[in-house]
Parts: sequence; structure tokens; C-alpha cells
Amino acid sequence: MKDLGAYRPLDYFQLMEVSLRELLVEKGVVSEDAIAGAMAAMRERGPERGAAMAARAWLDPAYKARMLADGSQAAEELGFEVPGLRLIVVENTPRTHNVIVCTLCSCYPRMLLGLPPEWYKSKPYRSRVVREPRKVLAEFGLKVSPKVAIRVHDSNADMRYMVLPMRPAGTDGWAEERLAALVTRDSLIGVAIPVLPKKPKTRKS
Amino acid sequence: MIERGHHDMGGLPAGKVRRTEHAYDDWELRVDAMMMLLIGVVGGSKRMTVDELRKNVEALPPADYDKMGYYDRWVISLTQTMIQRGVITTDELARKLAEVEERGRG
Amino acid sequence: MVEARYRPGDRVRVRKAAPLGHVRTPFYIRGYAGVVERVCGAFANPEELAQQRDGLPAQPLYRVRFRQQDVWPGYRGNPADVLELEVFQHWLEGS
Repeated sequence: MKDLGAYRPLDYFQLMEVSLRELLVEKGVVSEDAIAGAMAAMRERGPERGAAMAARAWLDPAYKARMLADGSQAAEELGFEVPGLRLIVVENTPRTHNVIVCTLCSCYPRMLLGLPPEWYKSKPYRSRVVREPRKVLAEFGLKVSPKVAIRVHDSNADMRYMVLPMRPAGTDGWAEERLAALVTRDSLIGVAIPVLPKKPKTRKS
Repeated sequence: MIERGHHDMGGLPAGKVRRTEHAYDDWELRVDAMMMLLIGVVGGSKRMTVDELRKNVEALPPADYDKMGYYDRWVISLTQTMIQRGVITTDELARKLAEVEERGRG
Repeated sequence: MVEARYRPGDRVRVRKAAPLGHVRTPFYIRGYAGVVERVCGAFANPEELAQQRDGLPAQPLYRVRFRQQDVWPGYRGNPADVLELEVFQHWLEGS
């Protein structure tokens, strides 16, 4: 019996990926360079663009109004290339909290937030957040007051959604970059809100 | 029941959300990249629509849909779509799968 | 493109139907009535695009707002809680 050494059989799906890619490259349908380029772009994308848009909106009411009217244009205004994205930004207020889901698959504003988290694509989230948003948000550690209305947005067709969280108290005078650092991916989906970082404990001397 | 797609799960009972995060493996990013290229979001390789991708994911048998990872579903769907579109044939795929698997043993 | 029949504020009902093929109107909302929140524009029909057809003429797509308490029996939450999703015109009837 041959010693297979480091051989780890590919599982069926990885085998399929290699096979599909090789066939497509052989046929000139895609190139390895193009694949590598697209991979690099998605690998390095986090929620920074979405966070930048939120911070700008907090500082500039005119930008915020433009963003709420046309999210894609507002993204492009900040220099973000968002081909084909039709973005609607929904604003959290003291009376309204927004949360985003795609019940049918996993539609997500990838160009602004990066690849979606596993839980966003999962059965429990997709099934339950449309029906019992308060309970699901509580599971994320976010308690929404019964006095606040929840708007759940199911991105089931051509539009994509992002939440504009409320600017946290205690951030007066903060620079745009510092504000953007408060805006997490989860707050842009609506399962969290931005919080100020905890003050580091002073060391006892 | 056939009248409700297995993927069409809004409002159905389910367990707690497990807040799993996932660092994407290279092979998954390659599937993602092929999808972006083939549906024409980037580059000049448009051969299909995202709607076909979704349709073929939705066509997976329910038990497989549940067991498969996200990119497992996508790679199967992309490959099915390429066969449907005539970009590749079943026979080409069969031979390539065998070749790749054999190479792995080498 | 097909002309938009509804405007923001119009009350509309999602048709109750269970066809085959690729559908982007979720099962949970079929048969329910809501209010048009905005007209999103007109888009090629995904049901047709999924079948390698061009999906034209483009169909108006609406965001429709539903009260949660109207959609889910025994919904417990703020009566102002809503569910908003996109519905193509051919899935809507006036209400």
C-alpha cells in the first residue's frame, strides 16, 4: 500500500472548485489573474467603507440627507466603487431601530461591508429575525425597548441595505476617523449599536 | 412540501442564532471570485446571472442544502449553471474531476 | 418598461400563489396587505432571468411596509413594528 504521506483527499466540493476553475481557465472563460484579483479584493474588505459613510453622515447633515436619499451615490461620493449596488440606508433614531436580513439567501452590501458573517447566512437568523426580531436581537446582547419600533428589512430583491446607527453620546468633537472606528459591522447590519470603548483600567502602582 | 422552497425560510421556527465567524479558506474565496467574474460584477467574463446561481442553489435537495456549507452550495450551483449554459459539458466535468482526483494521489 | 401602477402610500396586497421556478417574493408575505413605502425603480424579472431569459420588459419594484402584527399570529412587540420588503408589481394587487 503506497504511503500517501501528506495526501489529504479533497472533499467533493473542493474537488469541484479545482475542476471548474481549471476547465474555465482552459477554455479562456476566466483567467487565474482575474480570480486572484477578485479574491484579494474580497479578502481585504471589511466594514470600513460602511463605517466611513456612517461617520461622515454623523458629521455632515447634508451628506446624511443625500445618503438617505440615494445610498449608492453617497458611497461613490466617498470614492467607493460599488458596481451594480442599489443601496438603501435606513436610519436608527431614538424611536426606531432597523435590522437587515435576506431570508431567501444572503444578499448583503458586500462592496461596503465585506463578506457577510456566517450567522447572517444561517437558518436561525434568516428564519427568525423577520418574525421575532426583539428576541433575536436579545440573543445578540441588544435589548431594544418596547417603546422603540423595530423595522426589519428583508433584502429579497434588487436593493441592498445598511443601517445608519445613532451617534453615541460622549463623542462631541471627535474626528471623523475616530467616529468611524466606533461603527462595527454588526451595527451596520442592525444587531448591535456602536459603543464607546471601555476606559483602560489604571494600573495600581 | 414542494409548494414552499426549502430556502424560503422566513418565519419558520429555528434554534438560537450561533454567532459563528468564519475565516474564509482560499478555495472559498476562489468560488466567490469565480461567481463575481461569471455573473459579470467585475471583469469581462459574464456568462450567467445571479438569478441562475440562486435558482440552482434553491434546486439542491433540502437535506443537502442543510448539510452543505455556503460555498459548497455555490460551487455546485456555479458548475450546474455552466453546464446549463453550455460553457462546459458533463463529460468534460467528469473527466476533469477524475484527473484532479488522480493528480492528488500522485 | 411596464408602467408603475402604484405610488407611495397606496395600500397593496401580495398575491397568494405558489408557483414553481425561481421566485423572489417570500412565502411568508403572500396574501398579506401593506403600504407602498417607495417605488424602487424597474428591474428585469428575476423569475425569467433565472431561466436564461432576459426578463424584459422591466417590472416596477416596490418596497412595501407591513405591520408585524398583521403578518404573524400572536406577534408580541411594539404595534409599530414593521417588516419591509421588495415586491414586484406583478405580485401585487390593489387593496
